[in-house]
Amino acid sequence: MTTQDIIKPENLVYTKTSIMNDRNMHYCPGCSHGVVHKLIGEVIEEMGIKETVIGIAPVGCAVFAYNYLDIDWQEAAHGRAPAIATAISRLLPENCVFTYQGDGDLAAIGTAETIHACNRGENIVIFFINNAIYGMTGGQMAPTTLEGMKTATCPYGRDVKLNGFPLKISDLLAQLDGTCYVTRQSVHTVPAIRKSKKAIRKAFENAMAKKGTSVVEFVSTCNSGWKMTPHQANMWMEENMFKKYPLGDLKDK
Amino acid sequence: MAKIKGAVVVNTERCKGCALCIEACPSDVLGMSKEVNTKGYNFVYMQNEDACIGCASCGYVCPDACISVYKVKI
Repeated sequence: MTTQDIIKPENLVYTKTSIMNDRNMHYCPGCSHGVVHKLIGEVIEEMGIKETVIGIAPVGCAVFAYNYLDIDWQEAAHGRAPAIATAISRLLPENCVFTYQGDGDLAAIGTAETIHACNRGENIVIFFINNAIYGMTGGQMAPTTLEGMKTATCPYGRDVKLNGFPLKISDLLAQLDGTCYVTRQSVHTVPAIRKSKKAIRKAFENAMAKKGTSVVEFVSTCNSGWKMTPHQANMWMEENMFKKYPLGDLKDK
Repeated sequence: MAKIKGAVVVNTERCKGCALCIEACPSDVLGMSKEVNTKGYNFVYMQNEDACIGCASCGYVCPDACISVYKVKI
């Protein structure tokens, strides 16, 4: 049997989700954002909530997220995605609202909005992409940058005396009574991607059941910012990032 | 035991040649082409067609959703 005989619609086992359109993504080759976009699209398609889901795009690399997934989107000012999500979820309680934010957006400029939205227990989902760096602006230090990690603004490594400690924001959010589900996942291997997909589904289900705020953190890579190949970046993440940001559920109620 | 055979179709215009699928493939099916697409990226192709088992690992890890996987039992 030749390859051409196998390539028939009835034999298809995996392809791009219909929620994701044909526009080429602007992300660097090997960026974790693409995998997370794809997973969100797949979950929306499987749950059949395309017409009711509303995404809030952040400022950062994912600022053009609205170009790639064919659902309703609203762009927010830098860090203010949870505030916009609060408004939309209260005005349109039948809709399922999620924010998609990076670490510069959620853990730096948007810390107050994030913490207060979680503390109020808004029925929203927060997807948090943590790659320990400001990717879009050229690889500057973020609050989540690891101790000793080199970036454009700390070329000798992050000094905790000068710059403070890496901020474990998901651990912080898990302390709040408003959150119902806080988990930390990754998308670097097939098993990790499967687990992430389950976490995304659970977060959407929580939002639809009005259980409170769900936070799904993805420990991700920024191979351009870290100055590595995509594969090296995955290895580096496994060795260094997972020590500080261990994977697993932090809260599930 | 039924033998499983798979095939991978890469959207070469979408592919950015990050090579994550090459690392994820358990049977070393994929390779990087020498040609480039209109954006100037080398793209992935099926180098070793007979070895594909249609596990779709390449599709799962692809950040640009450019891989479709087909599978048959023979």
